[in-house]
Amino acid sequence: MKRDKKPARRTIVPIGPYHPLLEEPEFFTLTVEGERVVDIDVRIGYNHRGIEKLSERKTFDQSTFVIERICGICSTSHPFAYTRSVEDVIPVEVPERAKYIRTIIAEGERIHSHLLWAGLAGHFLGYNTVYMWVWKMREEILDVMEILSGNRNNYAMFKPGGVRRDIKPGDIPPVIKKLDTLTPTLEMLNKAIRDDPVLHARTKGIGILTKADAINYCALGPTSRASGVARDVRKDSPYGVYDRIGWNMITAKNGDVFDKIVVRILEVLESIKIMKTCLLTLPKGEIDLNLKSIPPGEGIGHVEAPRGETFHYVKSDGTNRPVRHKVRAPTFMNLPTFKATVVGETISDATIILAAIDPCYCCTERMAVKDRRGRTLYKGEDLVRLSQKKTETLRKGMK
Amino acid sequence: MMTREKILKDLQEKFKSDIIDVFDKSPKRVYIGIRPESLRKVAEYVVGILNARFNIATGLDARRHIEILYHFTLEDINLLVSFRVKLDRTSPKADSLTDILEGANWIEREIHEMLGVDFRGHPDLRKLLLSDDWPEGVCPLKADYKEWDKKAIRDRGI
Repeated sequence: MKRDKKPARRTIVPIGPYHPLLEEPEFFTLTVEGERVVDIDVRIGYNHRGIEKLSERKTFDQSTFVIERICGICSTSHPFAYTRSVEDVIPVEVPERAKYIRTIIAEGERIHSHLLWAGLAGHFLGYNTVYMWVWKMREEILDVMEILSGNRNNYAMFKPGGVRRDIKPGDIPPVIKKLDTLTPTLEMLNKAIRDDPVLHARTKGIGILTKADAINYCALGPTSRASGVARDVRKDSPYGVYDRIGWNMITAKNGDVFDKIVVRILEVLESIKIMKTCLLTLPKGEIDLNLKSIPPGEGIGHVEAPRGETFHYVKSDGTNRPVRHKVRAPTFMNLPTFKATVVGETISDATIILAAIDPCYCCTERMAVKDRRGRTLYKGEDLVRLSQKKTETLRKGMK
Repeated sequence: MMTREKILKDLQEKFKSDIIDVFDKSPKRVYIGIRPESLRKVAEYVVGILNARFNIATGLDARRHIEILYHFTLEDINLLVSFRVKLDRTSPKADSLTDILEGANWIEREIHEMLGVDFRGHPDLRKLLLSDDWPEGVCPLKADYKEWDKKAIRDRGI
C-alpha cells in the first residue's frame, strides 16, 4: 500500500524478519534511493514468547531458569538483574563470596559476548582472518566458563539470595593461566585494528550516533559509550564488587562503527583484569542466604550486560510467585537508534551499521533485496559479499 | 553537585499539587505517585533539569487501576526514581512522552497493546510485539485476560 505512494526510483529492502537468539527478532525495512538509505522502519515481535506472562506463573526460583533462556549470549545478565530485583523487594544483600562469584561470571560473559561480536564484525567487513582468530580466542574463555560453572553457556549459577555453585580453589590456577595467555593476543588484536588503514577507511565516520541522539534515544552500553556518554551501571550504581576493585570505564567520542569496535575490544581487556582480581581475592564464606519467602512489595534490579543496561522490575504480593515481572533488554533501547545512524549511509555500509550495536546476527544473514515485482535481487550472502567487495576495492586502492 | 535530600525536597516543593505520595524505600530507590495530568511536566523537569536517564516504563494491572511506573536514573547520586501514575481501568489514557524523549516511543507502543492504554500525542501507535492481526481490545497483560482465549484464536484464523 505504502509502497505505491513512493516515487518509483525508491526501492524497499526488507531485512529479516526472523532471528531466534535475542528476545526481539527484527525486521528492517530500508527504503533506498540508488545506493543511499533514505528511511528505515524496524519491526519486532516475530518471536514474542510472553516470558513476562510466563514468569507470573512460576515461583521465584523457577523464574530464574526461564529468565536465563531469554538470551543465549547474555544468559547471565538477565538472571543477575532478576535476582537483584527479588533481593531488592526484601531488601537484602547477598554474602560476600556470592558477590565475587557473580562478578566473575558476569565478566566472563562480557568477554565471550564482545569477542563473538568482534569476530562477526570482521566477517561482515571481509576480514575472515579476524573472524577465525577472534573466535579461537573465544574458545579459551568458553573453556574458562566450563571450568567455573560446568557449562560453556547458560551457566545456571544464579538464584535469589546467592549463587547455586561454588568455585573450587583448585579451579582458580588453570583459569588464571588461560586468562594470562589471552591478554597479549587481545592487545595484539587491539593494535592490529587500530593500525589497519582499510579498516579505518571502512568504519571511520560510518553510522555516526551523536551524543545528543544517544541521550535522546536513551541508548545504552557500548553503543552510547562510543558516542561519549560516560554511563555504565557498574560505575554509577555499583553492584557485585565493582566498587571495590580498580577498573576503568571505556569511552570514545566519535560514535562511529570504528569507535564501537575499539570500545568493545578495550572493555574485554578491562573485564579480564576484573575477573583476575576477583579470582585472586575471592573471600571465604557462605554463598547463599537460603531465602525462604519473599514479602509483598516491589523491587528493581539493573545490571550492565555486554550490550548495555538490563532492567528487571518485580512486584510480589507475598505468595511464592511474582504478580508482575517486567523485563527490559538493552537492545530494546538500542534498536531505535538505527533511525539516527543508517539514514544517509550506503547499503553496503548498512550491514555493518546494523551489526554495530551488537544485536544478534541471524537477521543479517537473512537479508533479501527485492524489486517491486517481488523478484529477489540480492540475498543475505550477497549483501555480505557486497560489503566484503567494498573492503577489497578499498584495499586495492591503497596499495 | 546536588545531594539526594536536596533533589527530593526540591521535587516535592516544585510539584506540591502534582505529587500524591512519596515512598522512600531504600537509599537507591524512591517511588513517587503523581497525578496522570502532571506527567509531562514532571518528565520535562526530571529529564531537562536533573539530567536523568529514562530507563523504561512498566505497565501493570493493579486490579483497581492500570498503573504505569516511569523509571528514571539519576546517575550522579545513584538513585532510581519511579514515578507511579494510576489510570482509570475501563479506558486508560495517558500523555505521550515521545516528543520529550525518543526512548519512550517503543515502550508506549508496548504498553498500548499489552494493557490497552491510549497514549495521547504518540506519533505511531502500531503494534510492536503482537502480530498485526491480533484482535483489538484483547490485552494479554490485563488480569482478566484468559490465556488461550478461544475467541481471540478463532478471530486470528488459527
